[in-house]
Amino acid sequence: MTIVTAYLLAGLALFLIGLHGLLTLQSMLRRIMAVNLMGSGVFLVLTALAARLPETDPVLHALVVTGLVVSISATALALRLHGALERHREDG
Amino acid sequence: MEIAEAVLDTALIGLLLTMAWATLHTQRMSAAIALFAGFGMVLALIWARLRAPDLALAEAAIGAGLTSALLLRAASITREETIRIPTSRLWLRWLFVTAVFAWLAVHVLALSTLDGGHSLPELVTGQTPNSGVRHPVTAVLLNFRAWDTLLELLVLLLALLGFRQIARHNRHPYDADHHPAPWPLLKAWSRSLAPLLVVTGGYLLWRGSDDPGGAFQAGAVLAAALVLLRLSGQLPVFRWSRWTVRLAALTGPALFLSVAIGSAVMGEGWLNYPDNASTLLIVLIESAATVSIAVTLAFLVAGEEEDIAE
Repeated sequence: MTIVTAYLLAGLALFLIGLHGLLTLQSMLRRIMAVNLMGSGVFLVLTALAARLPETDPVLHALVVTGLVVSISATALALRLHGALERHREDG
Repeated sequence: MEIAEAVLDTALIGLLLTMAWATLHTQRMSAAIALFAGFGMVLALIWARLRAPDLALAEAAIGAGLTSALLLRAASITREETIRIPTSRLWLRWLFVTAVFAWLAVHVLALSTLDGGHSLPELVTGQTPNSGVRHPVTAVLLNFRAWDTLLELLVLLLALLGFRQIARHNRHPYDADHHPAPWPLLKAWSRSLAPLLVVTGGYLLWRGSDDPGGAFQAGAVLAAALVLLRLSGQLPVFRWSRWTVRLAALTGPALFLSVAIGSAVMGEGWLNYPDNASTLLIVLIESAATVSIAVTLAFLVAGEEEDIAE
């Protein structure tokens, strides 16, 4: 098994750990974390694919850098919504 | 694969998956967030192992650092609820997971043997000297695929605006009285750490044209400095009503958009930089983007307390 194969499979496993968490956990915060883990799994697959050739693929690296920033934006918004919901529950 | 390398990779993968699982399934939320931060650091090591230093830098700052800070803030206003996962029909679940894993593995492993992708990295390396910068990832981000980066800045802005909208209608209990007084040691540390972070951020930005680094990594490090100073009470509250905050958050997207429109109207096309000015334009866009990214991320993590002090 080469390093690329090993990390590809690890990325898939990470994605599935996140998906499993998303489907089974009930706490909102844990679900947001689970989505983050799924994202990391996808990034790991992309980066492992970028390393499959002797010359690493800069396009995939750029994609993942973009993805990281988009994922923190989405997480921040999701957590804010979660905060609003908590607030709503306390009031109601 | 050499033995030492195999041991390292196995350890990293084992650690990564264990921490991911534990993050989701440990009992206490504070432990889960600490594990999440640790998970980010392991992932940063893996990026370094996969020859992706740009990602390692970005992951350490954004994935491990700022996301964990966001989660901690959210956890502080959440009532702890530990709901046990039902353990019925466990075998069915495992069967399903294994089947999906096998199905995905077949397809993804088929990708890893593709050779047609050979042309793309070569194309990028071949064209990098014409892009105005020497680091291929920066060339892709700010020249070949500048469109993506522009849209990404807009996504960040959109997140900020959405954050503001929700803030307006829902007062955040965390911001009011729950904000603890800064700890003396934190104050002292932040005074010496913040300048170092600013220097590091500036260095990452400056070296980004030639080496790993660039606007996103620099912006994230600067955001960490801002958050640190804010939490230790050295900076005033980040308020959207302050013109400095608005200006800083908007410069990046505004400059990038005007370059795009300018190149479409006067030049050869949307984001098609004139050959002799591309280095200058990229450095300008990167600097403005760094400031915007830093302020936006810091705002998302530690901003906005104005709605409380009514």
